[in-house]
Amino acid sequence: MANKRIDEPTGVETVGHEWDGIEELNNPLPRWWVITTYLTIIFAIGYMVVYPAIPMLHSGTQGVWKWSSRGQLEAELKAAKDAKAETLAAIGATPIEQIAANKDLMEKAVAGGKAAFRQNCVQCHGSGAAGSIGYPNLKDEDWLWGGNIKEIHQTLTYGIRQPGVAETRTSLMPSFGKDGILNPGQVNDVANYVLSLSGKAPASASAQAGAAIFAANCVACHGPDAKGLRQFGAPNLTDAVWLYGDKKEQVVGSITNAHAGVMPAWGGRLDPVTIKMLALYVHSLGGGEDFAEAPSTPAAADNGNAKP
Amino acid sequence: MLSPDQVKQPTSLYEKRKAVFPKAVDGRFRRFKWLVMAFTLGVYYITPWLRWNRGPYAPNQAVLVDLAHRRFYMFGIEIWPHEFYFVAGLLIMAGIGLFLITSAVGRAWCGYACPQTVWTDLFQHVDRLIDGDRNAQLRLEAAPWGPHKLFKRGLKWSIYLFISFWTGGAWIMYFADAPSLTRDFWSGNAAGVAYATVGVLTATTFLLGGFMREQVCIYMCPWPRIQTAMLDEKSLIVTYKDWRGEPRGSVKKAEKNPGGVGDCVDCNQCVNVCPTGYDIRNGPDIRCITCALCIDACDSVMAQVGRPRGLIDYATLEDCKSEREGGEARPISKALFHTRTLIYTGVWAAIGAALLFALGARTRIDIAVQKDRNPPYTLQSSGEVRNDYTVKLRNMETRPRPMEVTIDGLPGGRMWTDDMPREQAARSIKVLVEPDRVDPLRVYVVAPSGTAEQHFKFVLRASDAEGGGDVNDVRFDAPGEGEE
Repeated sequence: MANKRIDEPTGVETVGHEWDGIEELNNPLPRWWVITTYLTIIFAIGYMVVYPAIPMLHSGTQGVWKWSSRGQLEAELKAAKDAKAETLAAIGATPIEQIAANKDLMEKAVAGGKAAFRQNCVQCHGSGAAGSIGYPNLKDEDWLWGGNIKEIHQTLTYGIRQPGVAETRTSLMPSFGKDGILNPGQVNDVANYVLSLSGKAPASASAQAGAAIFAANCVACHGPDAKGLRQFGAPNLTDAVWLYGDKKEQVVGSITNAHAGVMPAWGGRLDPVTIKMLALYVHSLGGGEDFAEAPSTPAAADNGNAKP
Repeated sequence: MLSPDQVKQPTSLYEKRKAVFPKAVDGRFRRFKWLVMAFTLGVYYITPWLRWNRGPYAPNQAVLVDLAHRRFYMFGIEIWPHEFYFVAGLLIMAGIGLFLITSAVGRAWCGYACPQTVWTDLFQHVDRLIDGDRNAQLRLEAAPWGPHKLFKRGLKWSIYLFISFWTGGAWIMYFADAPSLTRDFWSGNAAGVAYATVGVLTATTFLLGGFMREQVCIYMCPWPRIQTAMLDEKSLIVTYKDWRGEPRGSVKKAEKNPGGVGDCVDCNQCVNVCPTGYDIRNGPDIRCITCALCIDACDSVMAQVGRPRGLIDYATLEDCKSEREGGEARPISKALFHTRTLIYTGVWAAIGAALLFALGARTRIDIAVQKDRNPPYTLQSSGEVRNDYTVKLRNMETRPRPMEVTIDGLPGGRMWTDDMPREQAARSIKVLVEPDRVDPLRVYVVAPSGTAEQHFKFVLRASDAEGGGDVNDVRFDAPGEGEE
């Protein structure tokens, strides 16, 4: 051993090592410190017994508590689900037009609807619910089949043009051009007339000619003033929102080859509470319409749905 | 130089704690210590029970760390999470304060104010109350276990436990309304974390104050090590003036041999009163927490033998050197002011002043607007362009405040919220913001067809007498040229 000596100021023996003149005193360790070390060892043994610890050939030891991160995740997911159960039950039990009256429940329902929308609806309507050509924008206040909470709920539940679903929203516009009802010149005239209604085309002679053709062929569904009829899902042709585009060729295309968009009947795919939450979410996007309560229960009329 | 008993040969790698039985002492520093102890313990136990009226919308506890609601209340000051820099500033001030204290008066924190010191002191008084002073304690320690010793130990440890429990109990009162938490605690309705905290703090107080004591200072605490680096030759430390005391000798020896013996009569009183059991005559050491009780002990002995006080005294190493060479002892007050202490004081005060300024200048009202970016805009059937925003109105006052949000810019722009019909859209809307809240508001802004993309401002004004407001600049998106 190296150069052990007694350090004069302290009277303690050195350990015998020296680094650039710095020496270490061989002071004894406090006994409680050693005891603490033994306690940590005992703790570690206990830890190895109750928790997964020792790697084996294929997996590790499981520990007597059978803890696993996967199991913990499952437990946490279950806890989260249980925590939501009460809210979901309340949403299920409350008539949809009355949920908005309960601010807290409404917030939770809209949040739940937002999550369900992300899973089920964004494929067509887009993650911001703004839609695209052929897929309606759900944020505006232009609704083909009605924009109050019950109508939205109805549309969601039974879908649009779903064969085999009795209550589905359904209508069919003839393909005026393709089926030879109108010749291309007439289609062009009608297109000019329709676009002139919102100032997108001049009130030309062609448009005036189109007016007569419109009156003869289109008013049954789109109405004499071309403002549409929700009972047929017939769009308002005088406003600024165009599901299939407001360019001349797009309108001509729509008249020639009629579109008949579809939406699944979510009633058969999602549970009723989720559909309710989806309806509330879509209604809350800024374009939802007030629900006019049927006269039979007038007391509920001003319960919420103060939404524009 | 080395006396034989100073040379320790380590016989074992481990050493049992040598119990310390400090003797009671009286003197100026002991009295100061009493004051500090009464003050610190008083502040600790009483503060959560002080009430402070903040009106109906905020808790009425003077000092409250409300973790659940993310609020920190301290008398007239309420701190929100976004103002955490106040707390950070206070912590920095506390840190620099410790530097300042250390560079001026050495380990005064350790000696007087550290909770470990205060509680150890308290527990040592309990020892004296139950077992008697040092000699009685030593006798009892050496005595075999019997009914008497069992009774005394049981009683003493019960008192330890009682004090420890109240120490833990007082701590949780800072985090919830003290009276209702006390009620909940005893009726078993308090949160589990409250019981756990009390349990842990009771255990640590019992163990650290009752049994570990000076071991905490010597082996566990990093602060003595840090302080060693911050002390310099201008810092006041408790010093044995060996040039005056050595060679040690009794009064009789001094009478026989005038001039050949120093002032130290080797009575060992300085060691007997030391709460860490250190002999200050061996020089500065990590075991000396500078509680100055040895000064009191030595002063009273010097008074008995008719010699001047201050054989053990606060002194700087610089003063020691000059005194050793025959210079005059400098008054302590002069030692306090030197470059380092002045710099620390300046920095400390500057941070304090900046915090006070920030406190006075902070606004209690705020608007923060986030624009919906997906989609950037929505075309209304009327052809108007709509942009949606989430507007957060912050009211830090503890009362509801009427506020008005107005659109500044964006010609023809109007807005509505979820709480009003779309038909009532207007340039400005009135909102009553709940006290102590951030209210998120969905705001729909429409501008006439053909509006180009641009920036505009949401202007927030409080419509009450106090007034105040805030502005947030936001973007308005619109269909651009050739875009459809």
